[in-house]
Amino acid sequence: MSRRGLVFVAGGLVLAILYPWLVRAAGAAGLPVAPNYLINVGMLVCFTAFIGQSWNISGGFAGQMSFGHVVFFGTGAYGMAILQVTYGWNPWLAWPVAAALGAGVGWLIGALAFRAGLKGSYFALITLAVAEVFRILANSVPFTRGGLGLLIKADPGMANLQFRDPIWVYYLALLLCVAGLLIAWRLTRTRFGARLVAIRENEDAARALGIDVYAEKVKVLALSGAMGAAGGAFYVQKYLYVDPWIAFGVDKSVEMLLVSMVGGAGTIVGPLIGAGALTAINEITRMLASVVPALKNVQPLSLIVYGAMLILIVARLPDGLASLFGRRRGEAGRA
Amino acid sequence: MLDPAIIFAGVLNGLLAGGIYVLVAVGLTLIYGVLHIINFAHGSLLMLAMYAVFFLWRLLGIDPYVALPIVIAGSFAFGYVLYRGLIGRLSHGRDENILLITLGLAIVFDNVALLLFTGDSQTIDVAYAGTIVQVGAAFLPLPKIISFLAAIALCGVLGVVMARSQLGKAIRAVARERQGARLVGIDVEHVFAIAYGIGIACLGAAACLLMPTFYVSPTSGHAFVLIAFTTVVLGGMGSFVGAAAGGLIIGITESLGGLLLGEQLGQIGISLIFILILLLRPTGLFGVGR
Amino acid sequence: MSMSRKIRLSRRGVMAGTAAAVGALGLPAIGGAQAAAVKVGIIHPVTGFVAYNGQQGRLGATMAVEDVNKAGGIKAMGGARLEALLGDSQSKVEVGVSEVEKMNEAGVAAYIGCFQSPVGIAASQAAAKYNTPFLIDVGASDLLVTRGLKNVFRLKPGFGACVDQGIAALGALNEAAGKPAKTAAIVHESGEFGTGTAKLLAGKLPSVGIEAKELIAHDNPTRNFDNVALRIRSMAPDLVIMSNYQNEYVLLARTLHQQKVNLAGLFSVLGGGFNYKFVKELPDVAQYMMDTNHWFNPKSDKAQALKKRVEAGGALFTFEVYLAYSSVMLLADALERAGSADKAKLTAALESSTFNAELMPYGPTKFVNGQNQGGRAAIMQALKGDIEVIAPADVASAKAVFPKPKFG
Repeated sequence: MSRRGLVFVAGGLVLAILYPWLVRAAGAAGLPVAPNYLINVGMLVCFTAFIGQSWNISGGFAGQMSFGHVVFFGTGAYGMAILQVTYGWNPWLAWPVAAALGAGVGWLIGALAFRAGLKGSYFALITLAVAEVFRILANSVPFTRGGLGLLIKADPGMANLQFRDPIWVYYLALLLCVAGLLIAWRLTRTRFGARLVAIRENEDAARALGIDVYAEKVKVLALSGAMGAAGGAFYVQKYLYVDPWIAFGVDKSVEMLLVSMVGGAGTIVGPLIGAGALTAINEITRMLASVVPALKNVQPLSLIVYGAMLILIVARLPDGLASLFGRRRGEAGRA
Repeated sequence: MLDPAIIFAGVLNGLLAGGIYVLVAVGLTLIYGVLHIINFAHGSLLMLAMYAVFFLWRLLGIDPYVALPIVIAGSFAFGYVLYRGLIGRLSHGRDENILLITLGLAIVFDNVALLLFTGDSQTIDVAYAGTIVQVGAAFLPLPKIISFLAAIALCGVLGVVMARSQLGKAIRAVARERQGARLVGIDVEHVFAIAYGIGIACLGAAACLLMPTFYVSPTSGHAFVLIAFTTVVLGGMGSFVGAAAGGLIIGITESLGGLLLGEQLGQIGISLIFILILLLRPTGLFGVGR
Repeated sequence: MSMSRKIRLSRRGVMAGTAAAVGALGLPAIGGAQAAAVKVGIIHPVTGFVAYNGQQGRLGATMAVEDVNKAGGIKAMGGARLEALLGDSQSKVEVGVSEVEKMNEAGVAAYIGCFQSPVGIAASQAAAKYNTPFLIDVGASDLLVTRGLKNVFRLKPGFGACVDQGIAALGALNEAAGKPAKTAAIVHESGEFGTGTAKLLAGKLPSVGIEAKELIAHDNPTRNFDNVALRIRSMAPDLVIMSNYQNEYVLLARTLHQQKVNLAGLFSVLGGGFNYKFVKELPDVAQYMMDTNHWFNPKSDKAQALKKRVEAGGALFTFEVYLAYSSVMLLADALERAGSADKAKLTAALESSTFNAELMPYGPTKFVNGQNQGGRAAIMQALKGDIEVIAPADVASAKAVFPKPKFG
């Protein structure tokens, strides 16, 4: 990484760490801001960037596009909830196990789908179907308590991984986000990552180069699954409730795909840029809606903008918004 | 529960439900067969067509069956323009790109509908919706018998058109050999757009036939998306006979699965069929490789 | 919506600046003479798929705030006005919690919301961190009030209470008609709402001499109820009891009607599709269907007056409207008795509330673990394209038709 890049990254990190204190200071100084709300928004951006990164690792870097990535998110969310509620585990212990469960599901889907030679649209569709199976199962089997959902007892304290002060939740999300960025960055630096890019660009050529395409793809889906599940576990620990729609609803699959595609699939910072952009769009449409009464139904409005952006980006800007920051493209790993 | 009369009635119910799936799937399989694209916006386009049927009835008092030619023509035009203006132009021919663009379109359509029509569901109240034909233990609603027959007829007509007509020949030529077709002077983009338009026109027909017994809301198309994909994959992507057989098999499976295992688990059956077919025989029952 | 909140915030900033300037001049700061407004956070899903329900809730809540202010505000607090901060949950847990955080910093004394139970569960949890009272206007899940949170209050009867009341009414109806109904089939959606209701129903129906023959769960969305109709016909139960959301409720009702399945009655508890739209658009299908639900007291003059006002504004007088309205009134009453917007005092006042929910067929309010014990549902029947209350007897507006006539 260039000196400039290093300064840029270090600056961003320091800013992200100071962010909650800055907004609190601004609030204390009488500026018209709502610090905890802004911290919460920052937390959501980090969290969304992380689950987007989970999609990006397999969908962007390795080119194995999934339409049902929520299956990992939901596995982690339910794993985290069940281990605590039913088995009385400590959440610190349950978290890595939940992530491991996600890796297991990723491995299983990968082993089945890639062995059958599914790729492209076929892989996307099978992940969609698997997520649907998981949703119906979560709705039907007793250990998820079906549609009733699982409630984790609120008991704030470091030992319980529950925090009264939103700053700590923000830092936790930031930690995930940075971890996601590091994993993506490693992929641009390691042979594993290079093999994935080779597979994405031309699977037959990669095979001819002696790459075990099947094993690499299964590996990356397991990694991505672990990340998605870690994100789901974080979510359930923050909101303390999960039901089949929250865990396996198709909306989250689309969200994970969107932030990554819009920001720049296969780039390190793509999901983060995408998550930031989508949050910004949401806020801007809210603002617009308050000025133009005809637009008051903001939620569909911002989704219409997301959808249109997805189309435009696929058609005109295949490296996403990240490619607008031209300099970063070289590092991004997309040839 | 295993009374043969009930099973028989369940099979009939399943066949009729399958008729609807055939209607939705036949457009999807046509589009795949010709353009080799998976139209993820299929459910959303069905929903838009259903709104068209609803508003024709609500505002102008046009009966859904009378509306058939109007909605079919409108859907065809919409599909043609959509392909020429957006999908064909923007996709650069990449399989994944098209999937993503049609996903983007689905998001846009669903939310435009939500913005304009709200999330409330709408129904059409026609007198004949309650007409019942009794066959043994089965009480078959007349509109569903009509939609079943129409589905079979549509498959037949499409099959004949594709096999015999000049247009069908052009479409098949383009589907098989894009470059060659271009060389002999066929306007490939035009033919692609026509094929896409026909696929969407099938949805228009499905919408008219569905509305007497179903409802429309911005999400009501989604109820048919996975089913349509499953039908197409089961029958073999691109095969009309496959779509017809696949739709009916799925209808019956769903019906009997629901009767024997419970409605909820019956739904898992659909997704499992889909997954298993993709894993074990991706070409489907009547497919010719991909 | 949320922008109006931003404007308000910035106005507050400007005012704070002005106050500081004025203070520097040695003049009294604002707020000395007039009591500060009491801020109330009102969170509903006003955009997205259940936007209609959310907007109805918002309508009721804001009308109540206006009415309290028009009547002189909170008298025990020197005529303090209520100030509604409006939030949009977008049906999402994350967004609902975000709104709670934002409003907490704007200094709300209490929240009202959230329509969907999962959002309500998470949002009231977030409010609990700040010990801020959270009044559930609509939200069926009993998880809302069984978590031991001290800040959550629900005026309307819970899930379980509605089921008990519905079954008791059904039993009485059956008894009076000479027991035409001995068996029932329960068709329910497979989510938390339908499953919970169905389990309670199946357990309690025998107590009124009706046997639950079968529970049929279905997914959302369901494309087709022909097979369910087939099973019901082959089982030949006397009653079908439904517990589903709007689309499936209407589709199932239509299917049973179209297939002319003969039943003594179609009954539901918190039936998702039983509303004015349904009975007016599909009057033949709706005819004689019964539902146990939240309903205003048709004999209350205040309720009728509010109904007229709502309808004059072009809206329907749905349960979201009067439940949100009543929840604001409950809060105003508690503020009146606490004499302060202090959260601990306000919570204590709510805990000991004896508020009279005049619009509703309720007895005096009495909270046990945050659930009002004085609430009652009403049992309604669709008759000739309108909705009539058939029980409890003291608020009934019509006599029930049971068993319903057979198909010719």
